[in-house]
Amino acid sequence: MPKPNDKQLQMILEDMVIARTQAGRLWNLQRQGQVGTIAPIDGHEAAIVGAVHALETESDWVLPQYREPLGLRRYGTEVLDTFMLYNLGHPAGGHIPEPIKVAPSQISLGASIPHAVGLAWGMSLKDESGVVLVFFGDGASSEGDFYEAGNLAGVLKAPVILFCINNQWAISTPTHLQTAADSFSSKAEAFGIPGVTVDGNDPAAVYEAVFNARKRATSGKGPTLIEATVYRLGAHTTADDPTRYVPSDDLSAAQEKDPVHTLIQELKTRGLWSDTKQNEVETAALERLDEAFERAKNTPLEPNSMMDHCFVSETPRQLRQRSSLMDSVGNANE
Amino acid sequence: MSNKVSELSMLEAINETLHSEMARDERIVVLGEDVGRNGGVFRATEGLIEKFGERRVVDTPISEAAIAGSAVGLAMAGLVPVAEIQFLGFSYQAMHQIAGQIARLRYRTQSRFEPQITIRAPFGGGVRTPELHSDSLEAQFANIPGLKIVMPSTAADAKGLLTSAIRDPDPVLFLEPLRGYRGIRDLVPDEEHVVPLGQANLVKKGDDVVIISWSYQVELSKRVAESLEGEGISAAVLDLRSIVPLDIEAITEIVSHCGRAVVVQEAPETGGFASEIIATINDECFWSLEAPVARVSGFDVPYPVGMLENLYVPDETRIRSAVLKTIESG
Repeated sequence: MPKPNDKQLQMILEDMVIARTQAGRLWNLQRQGQVGTIAPIDGHEAAIVGAVHALETESDWVLPQYREPLGLRRYGTEVLDTFMLYNLGHPAGGHIPEPIKVAPSQISLGASIPHAVGLAWGMSLKDESGVVLVFFGDGASSEGDFYEAGNLAGVLKAPVILFCINNQWAISTPTHLQTAADSFSSKAEAFGIPGVTVDGNDPAAVYEAVFNARKRATSGKGPTLIEATVYRLGAHTTADDPTRYVPSDDLSAAQEKDPVHTLIQELKTRGLWSDTKQNEVETAALERLDEAFERAKNTPLEPNSMMDHCFVSETPRQLRQRSSLMDSVGNANE
Repeated sequence: MSNKVSELSMLEAINETLHSEMARDERIVVLGEDVGRNGGVFRATEGLIEKFGERRVVDTPISEAAIAGSAVGLAMAGLVPVAEIQFLGFSYQAMHQIAGQIARLRYRTQSRFEPQITIRAPFGGGVRTPELHSDSLEAQFANIPGLKIVMPSTAADAKGLLTSAIRDPDPVLFLEPLRGYRGIRDLVPDEEHVVPLGQANLVKKGDDVVIISWSYQVELSKRVAESLEGEGISAAVLDLRSIVPLDIEAITEIVSHCGRAVVVQEAPETGGFASEIIATINDECFWSLEAPVARVSGFDVPYPVGMLENLYVPDETRIRSAVLKTIESG
């Protein structure tokens, strides 16, 4: 069945509430100078969580851009732990442990799209059953990587889902300055693949679109481009001031359609959610985030780990640099 | 193991290596523009699609970024991509994937993902190609940590180094000199032949001066060194084979022995890899020098059109003149 059942909808809402709650705490931690730049998830929860719940976590890969990690809870609790290390600037923040099929955040916009196509292609060469879902935004769809990779995916019939979250803003640039096309999903036509637009505030619609795209991919018919339309309810990042450019009327209208509030109301009406449940989930989400934060802060870091993992075997010059780094660290400690 | 050898061109040696490595390791996938049905525009991949099939030898769209970028994904899937960029000058269209993604993959994921990726690309002057086909861009890549850069000068080394490159768990840019494809022929071992990356080759011994070079310029440097023998000048030639990793020990040893050195590169002078060699000599064995180290390079202009390229690319006359000047000074 392509529609999520009630149990799934409850799980989706739980993940959405957790993501929203943890995002708020992360924002505060950033403001206190405790973590680096954060891209808030507010307004994107239904698109991200709805998509992820239509995947098979054992076989399907997710390649995020950078706004998604808090919405990937379904892939395992280690995603959050690794994300907190990442936010602290710890090198281990780039290593989501095996066997979780989630790549670390990608800062270069659209750069993961060819990776997703190659990974999906490789999985089909190895006769593996899964698919790859890659997240990117409306702005990233203007990058060459989107066009090159979308085209290659079409030619190869790679089992990949190109998932474009159109949140109406690329930092300050609105969509009409990003493209003259009627929609972002219409770009699929040039790749010879299906393109669908879904209401990204409606997790059931997103789930259904990803479910169908997944079915298509696993039956050898190739990729799908999905555009999930949402509205970015927060700032681009903690370094951004959206009041400079987001019209307040537009924002107010979007807040009326807030995906988290909308689903809470719907499930409450149907007796599938309650204020008590809401409080429990929020409390546990904050406890879990604080725990991940404490754990990240207490993760040891050796200065010369800066030299690790460039190559499997260090070059003679890198070895010398490592020793010189250790000397300077030693001198600073004296 | 038999010790049999065959005389092959560098191109034939590369083709043979791709065949033998693909037969050895079924994870290898060859991808690029015209690498399949056409066997490559220079025939470097000839016969692969017939032997290994369309699943492992893949003609891609004209998309350098997608070639490099999908290689990342193939490697994440546990395969071993051997990608071809048809001419190195077009790697600019994949630079954000090569520099921004491939070279950093191991580091940014702390080895969760293994970038066992080889990118082959022909380059270099002297064959009257159109614009952007000839440029020597190695120094631009050498400034990207996480990327190995291999530049053979003989057919035997092309085999031995390409074998190592494909088997290396880290990304390797394997640069093939256009002039050497058919212009260089030598004896290549028939059996498996592995030349480790990062080991320079002293192709000619000498006592008075050493010419340090890589790729096709080694061929010219050898000719100069041999011609100088008759004039009582004993010139050594050191072939770096790879510029990353760099064999600092071999450079130090031969420069200390000779006391004089000339570095030859095809690339423009400013910011070229010759500068890096000279800085290395400064660090390692400055006090053994009897004369300033000289450079022979292209000029600081974009690679010129066909009617001017013979003036641009270092030739035996320019190398010889730099060697003599170094001998005479100090």
